[in-house]
Amino acid sequence: MSIDFHTLPDAHGRFGAYGGVYVAETLMAPLAELTAAYERLRTDPAFIAEYEHDLKHYVGRPSPIYHAERLSRKVGGAQILLKREDLNHTGAHKINNTIGQALVAKHMGKRRIIAETGAGQHGVASATVCARLGIPCVVYMGAVDVERQAINVYRMKLLGAEVVPVQSGSKTLKDALNEALRDWVTNVEDTFYMIGTVAGPHPYPQMVRDFNAVVGREARAQMLEQYGRLPHALVACVGGGSNAIGLFHAFLNDADVAIYGAEAAGDGIETGRHAASLAAGRPGVLHGNRTYVICDDNGQIIETHSVSAGLDYPGVGPEHAYLKDSGRARYLGVTDAEALAAFHELARTEGILAALESSHAVAQGIKLARELPRDQLVLVNLSGRGDKDVHTIARREGLDLT
Amino acid sequence: MSRISDRFASLHAARRPGLIPFITAGDPLPGATVAVMHALVEAGADLIELGVPFSDPMADGPVIQHASERALAQGVGLAQILGWVREFRTRDTATPVVLMGYLNPVEIHGVQRFAAEAVEAGVDGVLLVDCPVEEIATARPLREAGLDQIFLAAPTTDPARLEKVCAAAQGFLYYVSFAGITGAGHLSTEAVRERVGQIRRLARTPVAVGFGVKDAASAAAIAQFADAVVIGSALVDTLAHSADAAEAVRRAGAFLAPIRAALDALRTGHAA
Ligand SMILES: Cc1ncc(COP(=O)(O)O)c(C=O)c1O
Repeated sequence: MSIDFHTLPDAHGRFGAYGGVYVAETLMAPLAELTAAYERLRTDPAFIAEYEHDLKHYVGRPSPIYHAERLSRKVGGAQILLKREDLNHTGAHKINNTIGQALVAKHMGKRRIIAETGAGQHGVASATVCARLGIPCVVYMGAVDVERQAINVYRMKLLGAEVVPVQSGSKTLKDALNEALRDWVTNVEDTFYMIGTVAGPHPYPQMVRDFNAVVGREARAQMLEQYGRLPHALVACVGGGSNAIGLFHAFLNDADVAIYGAEAAGDGIETGRHAASLAAGRPGVLHGNRTYVICDDNGQIIETHSVSAGLDYPGVGPEHAYLKDSGRARYLGVTDAEALAAFHELARTEGILAALESSHAVAQGIKLARELPRDQLVLVNLSGRGDKDVHTIARREGLDLT
Repeated sequence: MSRISDRFASLHAARRPGLIPFITAGDPLPGATVAVMHALVEAGADLIELGVPFSDPMADGPVIQHASERALAQGVGLAQILGWVREFRTRDTATPVVLMGYLNPVEIHGVQRFAAEAVEAGVDGVLLVDCPVEEIATARPLREAGLDQIFLAAPTTDPARLEKVCAAAQGFLYYVSFAGITGAGHLSTEAVRERVGQIRRLARTPVAVGFGVKDAASAAAIAQFADAVVIGSALVDTLAHSADAAEAVRRAGAFLAPIRAALDALRTGHAA
């Protein structure tokens, strides 16, 4: 018996044992309101047409699949193909989701949008759609991330958003999410919370997945059209997991397509300084859903470590937890050093500066391709471009650009 | 009858509004918690809510966030907190103790194991902020072990949900007086009065009101129609500035006594 992965989540937002709605009472009503609105809109032809129109004319979809021939030759194994989400307007897959949520917010008549961000890509993507809607946007960002993603902070401001540095906890993405939830609980009447990944309470893991699933739908059709077959394997980096599930979803029922998620192993999983929730965490409850979390024996969430702010998250979307347990997908750690090496390799062989997040996927793709015969195809999600990371990389290599 | 319902029954008989202070376990000093609990009882607490610190307290404002961070920095965890309750029980077997916190620490400890240990230590009820009635199955072992599961109702809770919440509630129902985080906001007594009236018609348990109660005046205003008032952030903030355990004990008593007096004055007023 095979599982039909496209039937998930159930009506309670559960992916097997994971997902659900674990929030304080005050948020139950706005979540129910959002769920009802989304349930109505997701099958509404007019809504879908509006969404697809924006993706085509504003985001610039479809994004191409590019054959990284020089890189593949150098690796000497399977052919590495890149799904070029970095070419989207604003430079990452995150805009697929914010375009969709902006339309939901508009249909719900919300007058203010809040968002959390780690690398700043989701913050930029949120600020972008808010500028277009002409409604105020408040972006919560951990104070540590504000420091290391200065360019994106400024981009958000140029787009008219207010960026609020979050000083609590570890001052990174998880704390930004906490603060955004606190804002939402305080302003439930008029505020729409635009979550940037497939985490959070139901319906977010489903809704954010659906808006990113365009990546995999396109890729599947492109593979059949350009190569006459599906890839041997898919690879994507996993922070919260939105670009990964976006690519994976259309392929989940294609049992012959192997699926790999690349998590941030930071200094190495064995050092404890990492952000690999699936590879090294355990089931728990964080930010409104049951999933794998990185915590100590007292259940306290532990500070994570990754060179990439967008992967620096101690939880992960519940659907990935389910895919891991069911064996449908495998999640492996990629260290900072491996990701940086892959960043340079891709830059030099293909002329593409990948985001540090995406460089984790590239590194995993290279490892995988090396083990496979030349006629196999490995499709890597190049989730974003690296412009935002230039300063971080320079600093790591002892240069100061400021 | 649980210790919580016993306590509310005697409050009701005495026509006395209940006073429920909240403190974060282990803050400001791990060594002060048990002494502060006793001091609160001496100053007129009818039930004590003991906050279990969590690294990601998404429903809490800055005061309780910081208290949690301080406690965690001192290594406070569930095992230690249960130890404090056990110690408290050696001198006080009458005052109910409710643990309030988030799911993850309980889950990682093991819900079943936590339930058994909590009962053994003398805990009476548990309020898991991020466990709404829909996810009640998660907490079933708590009920089965004999702990009261306390639920929240909020201004945003619609009538259909309110029925579900009231049906599931044990011990007392905790009404959150405004949509927001702990320690924030301005209380609108009239709006709360109306809601509490609605809740009372559905609830089979007493109704306590918290969030925004910060002093004798706000407590007395709420106690006119609620069975009990919960005071958290203002107390936690007062304790935070203590230099040592003795000072924390003094501050706890000095903070709560005037509030107790205001509530008692209210009762006299009723009786007259
Ligand atoms: C380019 C890029 N890729 C990946 C991620 C990680 O998020 P997710 O796992 O939700 O795709 C981010 C997050 O900021 C990002 O900017």
